[in-house]
Amino acid sequence: MFDSPEKLALGLVTGIVFGFLLQKGRVAKFEVIVGQFLFKDWTVVKMMGTAVVVGAVGVYALVTADMASLHIRPALWAGVLLGAVCFGIGMAVFGYCPGTSIAACGEGRRDAMVGVLGMFAGASLYVALYEQIAPLTKSLGDWGKVTLPDVTGTSPWLWVTLLVAGGAAALLFDLVMRRGTPTISTGKPHRASAHQ
Amino acid sequence: MANPFTMKSWSPYIAGAGIGLLSWFAFATADHPIGVTTAFEHSAALAEKAVVPQVEQTNDYFANKKTEGKPPKISWEWMLVVGVFIGAIISSTLSGDRGAPVIPPLWRARFGDSALVRLAFAFGAGALMMFGARLAQGCTSGHGISGTLQLAVSSWVFILVAFGVATATAWAMYGKEGARHV
Repeated sequence: MFDSPEKLALGLVTGIVFGFLLQKGRVAKFEVIVGQFLFKDWTVVKMMGTAVVVGAVGVYALVTADMASLHIRPALWAGVLLGAVCFGIGMAVFGYCPGTSIAACGEGRRDAMVGVLGMFAGASLYVALYEQIAPLTKSLGDWGKVTLPDVTGTSPWLWVTLLVAGGAAALLFDLVMRRGTPTISTGKPHRASAHQ
Repeated sequence: MANPFTMKSWSPYIAGAGIGLLSWFAFATADHPIGVTTAFEHSAALAEKAVVPQVEQTNDYFANKKTEGKPPKISWEWMLVVGVFIGAIISSTLSGDRGAPVIPPLWRARFGDSALVRLAFAFGAGALMMFGARLAQGCTSGHGISGTLQLAVSSWVFILVAFGVATATAWAMYGKEGARHV
């Protein structure tokens, strides 16, 4: 019923830092999430991309040093694809994703609070319908808990290197673009408020 | 230099790097990827069991999760969700970045002044999003960040399809005209 008290405390601390970073990163905001999908605000992609590049280096280092293990979700094709479609529609209409909606509640956003109640209803429906859903998620095959290095027979470090190189190139591109056309970047609300 | 804790926003690169480092911390201390929606599934399962105790026998969910070694419980991830709420309260209180309107301005410009309509769609869309996350076994955190950084095939496919569908949905809802209000 409960994890150990130490593990619960670690989860709480990790969550507080996560929520703090989501709020400071401005992704707990409807206009930033929807603005990303309308190509008006690239905060979400910049933030997720940086997190993935930085995270991949350290997590694969920990796994290589045998200090942590991978926790891969299975490639249950019907579940992943149908889930992604429902998720994408829901996220665009709601204007928050699950983690950022919790942070948006912390920021005092009422529409996010009502949406979180809806999320609980969605989770309840999933559990109640589990016996019907479980076979459906397996209907297009299951590749199991595979990684990109697994399916291509390559070293994970090749992929991590590609991620770092791609991230560095994107960052450089962003910095050059910003220097070249300052009017675009100063028009963004988060630049204005960053120097308050 | 301004105090970073009282700033309303940080560069997305700084906040993103912080989340990357936090992933190292989560893997190193708890051997756990950061994710949000499993906690909702577990809470729902525990609630259903509390209301209808015999559901533990009648619904395969409980037996299956037990054999998978993932029975519903108050876990590290459950506390993570509580922490996200607290962390956002601390951050927004320190900077005064609070008091957003019930109806986001972009929504108001396209769909009007009814708070009831906005809240009804928030509820329904939240439910659909969570249902999808559980079908796929992850969300923007569990798949989009934690799964992709582990190079999981399921996670890269999920996040590309989900964000593609979300982009199409947003353009269908707001179009070029609406995009000008962002």
